[in-house]
Amino acid sequence: MARVEVQNVQRAFGDHKAVDDVSITFEDGGFYALLGPSGSGKTTLLRMIAGFEFPDSGSIRIDGAAVETVPANKRRIGMVFQNYALFPHMSVAANVAFGLEVSGQKGKDVRRAVSEVLDLVQLGDFGKRRPHQLSGGQRQRVALARAIVTKPRVLLLDEPLSALDKALRTTMQGELKRIQREVGVTTIFVTHDQDEALSIADQIGILKDGRIVQSGAPEEIYDRPNSEFAATFLGDANILDGTVVEGRLRLDNGAVVALPLDSTQTSGRMRCAIRPERVRLAVRNAGGRAEPGATVVWGTVRRRLFSGSFSRYAVDCGGSELQAIAQRGATRDLAIGTEVELSWDRRDLIALS
Amino acid sequence: MAVTGMTRTNGLKKALPLLLPAYGWLTLAIFLPLSAMVYFSLLTTMSSTTPSLTLANYAAFFSDPLYAVLLLRSVKLALLVMMICVVIGFPAAYVLAKIFKGRAREAIFLIVILPFWSNSLVRVFSWSMVLREGGILDVVLNAILPFKVSVDLMYSYPAVVIGLVHSYLPYMVLTCYLSLQAIDDALIDAARSLGASRTTILRRVIAPLALPGVLAGSALIFIPVIGSFMEPRILGGRGGTLYGTVIEDQFTAVYNWPLGAALSFILLAVVLAILLAAAPVLRKAA
Repeated sequence: MARVEVQNVQRAFGDHKAVDDVSITFEDGGFYALLGPSGSGKTTLLRMIAGFEFPDSGSIRIDGAAVETVPANKRRIGMVFQNYALFPHMSVAANVAFGLEVSGQKGKDVRRAVSEVLDLVQLGDFGKRRPHQLSGGQRQRVALARAIVTKPRVLLLDEPLSALDKALRTTMQGELKRIQREVGVTTIFVTHDQDEALSIADQIGILKDGRIVQSGAPEEIYDRPNSEFAATFLGDANILDGTVVEGRLRLDNGAVVALPLDSTQTSGRMRCAIRPERVRLAVRNAGGRAEPGATVVWGTVRRRLFSGSFSRYAVDCGGSELQAIAQRGATRDLAIGTEVELSWDRRDLIALS
Repeated sequence: MAVTGMTRTNGLKKALPLLLPAYGWLTLAIFLPLSAMVYFSLLTTMSSTTPSLTLANYAAFFSDPLYAVLLLRSVKLALLVMMICVVIGFPAAYVLAKIFKGRAREAIFLIVILPFWSNSLVRVFSWSMVLREGGILDVVLNAILPFKVSVDLMYSYPAVVIGLVHSYLPYMVLTCYLSLQAIDDALIDAARSLGASRTTILRRVIAPLALPGVLAGSALIFIPVIGSFMEPRILGGRGGTLYGTVIEDQFTAVYNWPLGAALSFILLAVVLAILLAAAPVLRKAA
């Protein structure tokens, strides 16, 4: 269990800067997700913390001690790989025992530790099996057991759930969370799946082009994204462009709306985001005009995507399209072509830099 | 079940045109001559117009200890060449499979398989240019070393070993390369993250997983080297008298085909016996 500090770390492959001046701190016992599209540098960053890659510059500290030049086998770090990387010629128990044996432990101690950790991942009876006799989810548990049995200071997970089907992935997310809480190890989890990051991590760092775009608690990033990339990569967002005129925002489609609550901008161009589930939909009153000052945009329903408990609408508003999510039951289903008015609370409008 | 049965018959029918050329050729090229050889090995003589059948040729092997001594010598030579090939070939294959990537790998690969492109007889004769007194090795060593040395390896047992290792090393490199390349790099990373040193990883992860390749290469080398005669004949001189050269003599010099054939089948039996004895190990590795 340890605190990991990454400071101004850079790593280039040829001309390509895979990790570009990244600084981030992982607190002791926290569960972190590094979220980003492929090629964003998240795996390279993880491999540098593991010791498989070394930074060109910058420092990596574990509990205050610089480790950036320490080889992987001396870092006391546990890692779970994307394809599990179980030793195919060894039984499940031998796979789990490997790290203990390498560190010089023998006999009874090893057997006890192995059976304890296999119980923890609910594979107590599978010690004698070979990896190829296990399902994907079971292999995943063995890989996790093998990584935590040595009591590593940090647990690293490289897209560990991406090879599982959706139902199993949800189960494993819960399992991972439970085991992490039980063991209490600082955990860094790399994923490109935003839902996974949101549901599993205490803290998220979003990466793009080798840089950390934003980091913080999932709710914080979701509610207050600082860029269009953060807003659209973590969840869905309507992006609104407009000009600030007389303390109000004139959108490019002609509608005039209230400025975001925290905005101090008095003139010039502005880009904002609004989450689809924060947009309220109502059938447009015939003849009724909204009073000045209300944040209302008019449009026509173009498409409806039915998703069971909610419906997702695409509404055409004077040439630009807005997405809105409506809980079914709360509102009547709207037919395509319906004239609607969209409104939102100005607190939900997010100013993007 | 009926369905699988049907697809299997269908599959066989479709596969037949693909299998036939290979199996037809094998029948013609191996089975028929081999049958003829069995027949020859049981003849009293080739020249007589009314040959009679006998087991005397097989008995000859046991009556003269020289044959057994030479066979043992050939087995030892094959084991030595095989082990040298493992020791030299495995590290090379490791570097090719796990360290070099892209262009560098292709270039080094080319050097490994280059011997296959030249005539084997030419290769063996070119070694005689290198190994003889006043040959290339002699000249180069004397040019480098401050003191005078005389290198004349020609017509000796070491010359035979050098020639055979050169001829058969590519097989070992290729089979080891294939099994090493199939090892996922993540396994090595996983072992390292668990605290294993390089030697531990080699011993506990890489070696067991590469074993099938090493064994396949060993078999590919061991079997032909036991019966080899060209390298021993050209490079070995008197030191190159082996079981294979004796068999060759029966066919080309003494014209005692029945004895040559019988000695060949005894060799085949010995090779099969050795492979059979090694079968449990081989099966476990596979």
